[in-house]
Amino acid sequence: MTDTGLPASVEAVRRVREDPHRLGHRSHGPSEPVAGAGHGDTGPASKRIIVGYGFWIYLLSDIVLFSCFFAAFAVQRSATAGGPSIEQIVDIGRVAIETAVLLLSSYTCMLSFAASNARNVMRTQIFLAATGLLGLIFIIIEFQEFAVLAAEGITPQRSGTLTSFFGLVGLHGLHVSAGLLWLLTMMAQIQVKGFRPEITHRLICFNLFWHALDIVWIGVFTIVYLMGAGL
Amino acid sequence: MTTPETDHHHQPPMIGRREDHSPGDEPIEDSGHWIRNANMGLALSVLLTAAAFLLAGSDVIYGPAVPVALAVLAIAQMGVHLVFFLHITTGPDNTNNVLALAFGVMVVFLIVFGSIWIMNHLSENMMPMPVGQMMQMQP
Repeated sequence: MTDTGLPASVEAVRRVREDPHRLGHRSHGPSEPVAGAGHGDTGPASKRIIVGYGFWIYLLSDIVLFSCFFAAFAVQRSATAGGPSIEQIVDIGRVAIETAVLLLSSYTCMLSFAASNARNVMRTQIFLAATGLLGLIFIIIEFQEFAVLAAEGITPQRSGTLTSFFGLVGLHGLHVSAGLLWLLTMMAQIQVKGFRPEITHRLICFNLFWHALDIVWIGVFTIVYLMGAGL
Repeated sequence: MTTPETDHHHQPPMIGRREDHSPGDEPIEDSGHWIRNANMGLALSVLLTAAAFLLAGSDVIYGPAVPVALAVLAIAQMGVHLVFFLHITTGPDNTNNVLALAFGVMVVFLIVFGSIWIMNHLSENMMPMPVGQMMQMQP
């Protein structure tokens, strides 16, 4: 250190001089207020940031909900009560297709948001439609899986294992279905209203939602299907 | 059709400008790289997913290590999604998003491992029940 003074006390003296009664009225941060950063007269952050951040908080709480279902599955995994175990009901080929479809839909979803940032209605709609179609294929495959299992008498009320299995996979399927409805309304809103600020904000939220569903699916196919199948 | 609010991405980046960015949105210094990010995210995800499915069905690595490898691949893929699709980065404009995520991960960790821990102890302390009696309990 080159200066001979005591930096800490110098700082303290300066603070007392500027703000003798410790009222905290001394300015802080950049001298110029930063637009949208909540400094000075500029107010809170822009709505685009607040909406996205709020939705991010919701998504994290949704993931906490999923974690409860994951915990239930982990606890109930061997509670077959004489019924079929997970490895007997898993069809890895079908899961691989489901995974590929959902991953691709996440990709097209991102392309659609890139197009909406470029203010291109046509491309946005095309990629949103592709996302919706892939999501629909995912739901149909999952529904078919459940139907096949139910036809063999493998239903949620059979055992603790199956309750937690259908609960976890079904909750994810429900989220995807809700996402599909949301996607359709977003397509309609873009068509009618164009890229108004609030529509763009909703598109940010929809993208977050769709990608979060894919993240949850990573957990589902790893823990339920790949590990649960005991391969 | 655009208002100044939505245009902040098209402004030239200011030195020292420290506005947050929302998750799923691109930081200013990165905008214009949407498609590159999407391609990289897809490529890495395909790689990791394929690795997980191949590992699960084979005996390339030591058997008991397969679940650990699957867990590592899954966490890596979640990271890829967070970075390339959700744009959660370590930048100073992202601190709020990362802190919220860290809190969420902590709650998830507590719920999952806490449940497994407690329920395992409970089940160890349960009275053993003969299979015949268990069958009678079914509806």
